[in-house]
Amino acid sequence: MARVGVFVCFCGANIADFVDVPKVVEETKKIKEVKYCIEYKYMCSDPGQGMIRNAIVENRLTSVVVAACSPRMHEKTFRKALSDAGMNPYLLEVANIREHSSWVHQKEKKAATEKASDLIRMAVAKSIANEQLHEISVPVTKRALVIGGGIAGIQAALDIADARIPVTLVERSPSIGGRMAQLDETFPTLDCSQCILTPKMVDVASHPYIELIPYSEVLELDGYVGNYKVKIKKKASYVDFSTCTGCGACTQKCPVKIPNEFNMNIDKRKAIYSPFPQAVPNKPVIDAEHCTMLLKGKCGICAKVCEKGSINFKMVDEVIEREIGAVVVATGYDLWDPKPYEEYGVGRFKDVITSLEFERMVSASGPTNGVPVRPSDGKVPKNVVFIKCIGSRDEAKGIEYCSKICCMYTAKHAILLHHKVHDSHAYIFYMDIRAAGKGYEEFVKRAQTETAATYLRGRVSKIYKKGEKLIVRGEDAQIGQVVEVEADLVVLATAIIPYKTNPELARLLGISYDKYGYLSEAHPKLRPVETAKAGIFLAGCTQAPKDIPDTVAQASACAAKVCGLFAGDTMKKDPMISKVNIEYCSGCQNCVKVCPYQAIVTEEVPFGHGVKEMRTVAKINEGVCQGCGSCVAICRSMAINLAGFTDPQIINEIVSI
Amino acid sequence: METEVKDQIVSIEKPEISAPPNWEPVIMGILCNWCSYAGSDLTGTSRIQYPPNIRIIRVPCSSRVDPWFLIKSLQTTADGVLVSGCHPGDCHYISGNYYARRRFLVTKKLLNFVGFHENRIQFSWVSAAEGPKFAKVVAKVTEEIKRLGPLHLYKKENFEK
Repeated sequence: MARVGVFVCFCGANIADFVDVPKVVEETKKIKEVKYCIEYKYMCSDPGQGMIRNAIVENRLTSVVVAACSPRMHEKTFRKALSDAGMNPYLLEVANIREHSSWVHQKEKKAATEKASDLIRMAVAKSIANEQLHEISVPVTKRALVIGGGIAGIQAALDIADARIPVTLVERSPSIGGRMAQLDETFPTLDCSQCILTPKMVDVASHPYIELIPYSEVLELDGYVGNYKVKIKKKASYVDFSTCTGCGACTQKCPVKIPNEFNMNIDKRKAIYSPFPQAVPNKPVIDAEHCTMLLKGKCGICAKVCEKGSINFKMVDEVIEREIGAVVVATGYDLWDPKPYEEYGVGRFKDVITSLEFERMVSASGPTNGVPVRPSDGKVPKNVVFIKCIGSRDEAKGIEYCSKICCMYTAKHAILLHHKVHDSHAYIFYMDIRAAGKGYEEFVKRAQTETAATYLRGRVSKIYKKGEKLIVRGEDAQIGQVVEVEADLVVLATAIIPYKTNPELARLLGISYDKYGYLSEAHPKLRPVETAKAGIFLAGCTQAPKDIPDTVAQASACAAKVCGLFAGDTMKKDPMISKVNIEYCSGCQNCVKVCPYQAIVTEEVPFGHGVKEMRTVAKINEGVCQGCGSCVAICRSMAINLAGFTDPQIINEIVSI
Repeated sequence: METEVKDQIVSIEKPEISAPPNWEPVIMGILCNWCSYAGSDLTGTSRIQYPPNIRIIRVPCSSRVDPWFLIKSLQTTADGVLVSGCHPGDCHYISGNYYARRRFLVTKKLLNFVGFHENRIQFSWVSAAEGPKFAKVVAKVTEEIKRLGPLHLYKKENFEK
């Protein structure tokens, strides 16, 4: 026989003013299973919890109902009180008589009192069917996978590895470094990007806890938090990294020249190449799409000049499998293609370039050795027009959001232009200046005063050619007039967009992404680095546009989350998950189809009763199940039940009033 | 054929049900934990008032709602049922509310078939931020159920008498 204890809270005046609590207690005492019922001013307070603890022991209660605020508020508090009294915490039910009664029926005390009594009756009925549940322990594989070797991935990998947790870092290109390696100097301090990045890259390569797999992609992810299995495709590099010394003889002699994507196609690279001089690992790879030996079977010069004999044209893609416990996704960003801006002459005028092209030109290690030039004739430009918000904040042609970093890098470009070409002048067309960040506003001021860049508020309507010059016609909204600037070079601050394979990656990992392709965090404010799938975290621009400080902070946050996950040998998990009663299971597998987490698999069990044949039944993977209950409602045989929300519990609630 | 059967059966709900004086319907509200239950909590914290006829049951996800719960509610205690989940695309469990939506449409047909008015069960999307919307939904559903009248005439015990 169930012995239920009911504890009704006044919540100060919050409940007591609008619900007749003594009447509710009186009504509750009429329920035959209720052996103890008492009201108190603040049930959540220490004395209130003490009352619960004492009553459990003194009255040998089998379940407890607390009628107070929403279970979303204090369920944990009261569960703890139950545990402290030596009772299973899951024998608690909370009747929400504050948010669902006293606060919403403030003018109808009689009805509110009746409703509160009903809600308590429902909770009592449910609690009678409650079962003892125990937290589930799931073993953890202490190895993290970091996808992407940009600054986000590098920082996350280093922070995790410094906690002595092994990390596998997967990078799609031949070298780590990402977008930050392409930058010249960084706002707001103008420290050289390479100088602060390359030591970190070297740390990654030499760290005893980091396994770096460059030139590879993630193929498949199976399993669940703490117990993932990943398949990684290591693309054939045709160079044996174990013997290659990185001397570069092969690169020098290779006769094939193709546009260099690292330098935004401004110069050429070879078919066997290392993306940039400080690459990590500094070993070349052969671009199979352009190598004449691989395409036509002729050439092979690289193999001839290689003293170590490291070139192997017969190398094939390799699939590597690793067991991991957590994933950090840091796939970074791409630049929006400004083609829809036809009126700016994109594609027609060679001297209209994007900001990353400008960045590569002003980089000391870039294709023009740090001097910006006009792509059309190689002359050094004097008047340079920068146009912001190309694609950003433009619903008609581009995307709705603000790319966040363009205001700052355009100010940086104006300053860098002044540093490289002293007699130059920068004109910046802008919509707003968004310089929120430590030292950012000061940096923009510096561009406006020290560099004397002309900031023009307004949009550019048209760019046309006049002789060698480009005429930029736009509006200066502050004086309300159309202005024309004679420019030698026009730089478009293009929007940043998520890397194009994000949707594909999201499907592969089983996480969600937004309409732009950014991967979605679990909560925009309170869980900004977690995804809805436990054990998968996000760092950097794969989640939203951000600058380097924010990216690094987020990467370190991911590392903290991973370390927290791996703190014990096992993980604790909420026991409110589905369970299969194989006696009832008919093996129809409808549950397998509806499970959003692929948590249900099938297994073969003997028929029993001396019958040797096997039959198929559903089996729930405790680690993966999140407890939504889709499978319970679809099960025709009523073989599955969701702990904490079983059919008897809910039906009890329904029939009790 | 199908429509014929439907027409015949719907008529069962219409006749001489006269609500007793001061009759108030009981509505069973089955809400998902992450959106609608949180939304109903917000209605409370915002002190938005709504009719006191609803009795709320918390489930993890609207996909947990078995049609059995709806039928059982109408059979035993309730005059109407409201099921509410996260907005399409916002399900905490990725796709649960889509299953709920499909199941709900089928359940409506079943209700029609057995002779209940299909409006006795109602479905809505209420997010955790939509406190005012929850109050509106409850008011609307209560009004609709009041219009349909008491269901106790169809309850099992009344048939047995």
